[in-house]
Amino acid sequence: MFDDFMIRAFAAGVAVAFAAGPLGCFVVWRRMAYFGDATAHAAILGVALAFWFSLSVLAGVLLTSLAVALLAVWLGGRGHAMDTALGVLAHSALAFGVVAASFLSGVRLDLQGFLFGDILTLSDRDLWLIWSGALVVVALLVWRWQALLTATISDDLARVSGIDPRRERLILSVALAIVVAVSVKLIGALLISAMLIIPAATARAGARSPEGMASGAAGIGMLAVAGGLFAASRFDTPAGPTIVTTAAALFVLSLIGGYLRGEARGRLRLRG
Amino acid sequence: MQPLIRAEGLRVCRAGRAVLEGVSISIAPGEIVTVIGPNGSGKTTLLRVLVGALRPDEGRVWRRPGLAIGYVPQRLFLDRSLPLSVGRFLSLPERHDAAEGAAALHRVGIADCADQPLAALSGGQFQRALLARAILGRPDILALDEPTQGLDQPGIAGFYRLLEEVRAELGCAVLLVSHDLHVVMAASDRVICLNAHVCCEGAPAVVSEAPEYRALFGAGTGGTMALYQHHHDHSHDSPGIGGHPPEGDAERETANVR
Repeated sequence: MFDDFMIRAFAAGVAVAFAAGPLGCFVVWRRMAYFGDATAHAAILGVALAFWFSLSVLAGVLLTSLAVALLAVWLGGRGHAMDTALGVLAHSALAFGVVAASFLSGVRLDLQGFLFGDILTLSDRDLWLIWSGALVVVALLVWRWQALLTATISDDLARVSGIDPRRERLILSVALAIVVAVSVKLIGALLISAMLIIPAATARAGARSPEGMASGAAGIGMLAVAGGLFAASRFDTPAGPTIVTTAAALFVLSLIGGYLRGEARGRLRLRG
Repeated sequence: MQPLIRAEGLRVCRAGRAVLEGVSISIAPGEIVTVIGPNGSGKTTLLRVLVGALRPDEGRVWRRPGLAIGYVPQRLFLDRSLPLSVGRFLSLPERHDAAEGAAALHRVGIADCADQPLAALSGGQFQRALLARAILGRPDILALDEPTQGLDQPGIAGFYRLLEEVRAELGCAVLLVSHDLHVVMAASDRVICLNAHVCCEGAPAVVSEAPEYRALFGAGTGGTMALYQHHHDHSHDSPGIGGHPPEGDAERETANVR
């Protein structure tokens, strides 16, 4: 029932969810959703540049996403409204990427595949790279966990404790660029932010600690990957968007669950 | 004795305007220093520069090597999406075991709040949670930024009493910023009156009589300034309480928190 490419896609998806879950929590806590968008949209430019200079797609995406992330941090630090700066960057990166791709007449570049993901393009080598990238991101987050959390709560508290918030922001930017690079083939540039934000937002409902929310987000992401790939093979739909659809369904379920729990608590209180 | 923190010629600009100009300050071990000044006088900026949260545009800050600072900021902007209990907050960034955390919460009088979300605390509880986190690091100096803002009178008196007790136990210095002219710790060794520059400084009673202080806060407020006093050294004849009826704020406050 499961083909080779499905197993590869599942293994890749689990790796993406493993890294995107905890990182997505920081994206949510720090309100970096737009930041994630800018970094992810830059991936298309990265893909075009990779073809242009005959680099590997992963390297091209990693470099451009990182460059855009750093540019965004720099612009934000120069007093521009962060929202505007990121909006300009996110959409220009996407537009420049699509335009650059159109200049590539010689090579056949499947733009659709990079915008929405294409599991058929996943090779064993990709799988290996995706897992390496995911493990690097998780290791980074575990290593800097206490400092990242402190800087998330307050820049001042972090600085007084000897933590440089700019350094932590830089670490998050690097982690974000890696996650974008490893998930562009599976999920697609346009929907990567969804894999960052939706599992984290879903995990918020039942979480009582930052660590609980981070691991919950990873688990929910993996569930969405499993369910999404199953549905995609069953109904012959594109894998990336189907995974995101499943994640969105899980989010709605968590909202309903939270509402029912609240109701039950309210009824108990009435009775008591 | 070597000071804990020494700053010289501080200048901080915001949007072309000098928020701090030519400020020099030094804090000795165990000393209690209160910085007062009207809104926008640069108090918070000075505190942030001294604890290392903000880099001054000019001037130098020297901190004793290895100085442990217990910083209590004015407020935190907590995102509702972050599930953070009070107990977990105490372990950021340095981890402390649960018993230590519980002891600190007990010390500040919110022993039963460990499992509550930090965002669900009341203003007074929140300030106490911040204080608990600050004392867990065994600080050489507690630096507090308007810790009683938003509290009612009994709450303010209670917090200052707690602060004095904690300070006595830790033997640390205290650097306190306040725009609260009605209640300034009489236990202060030094009051610094700030309005972008140091207007005047000295013992609390001296500052409240200084013409610079009166010029800054107006003659009217000079009379209403009450120094928070311990009940055992409380006296209605002390300078600075003038103008209060016998059941003045200072006495009622201490009575309410006992």
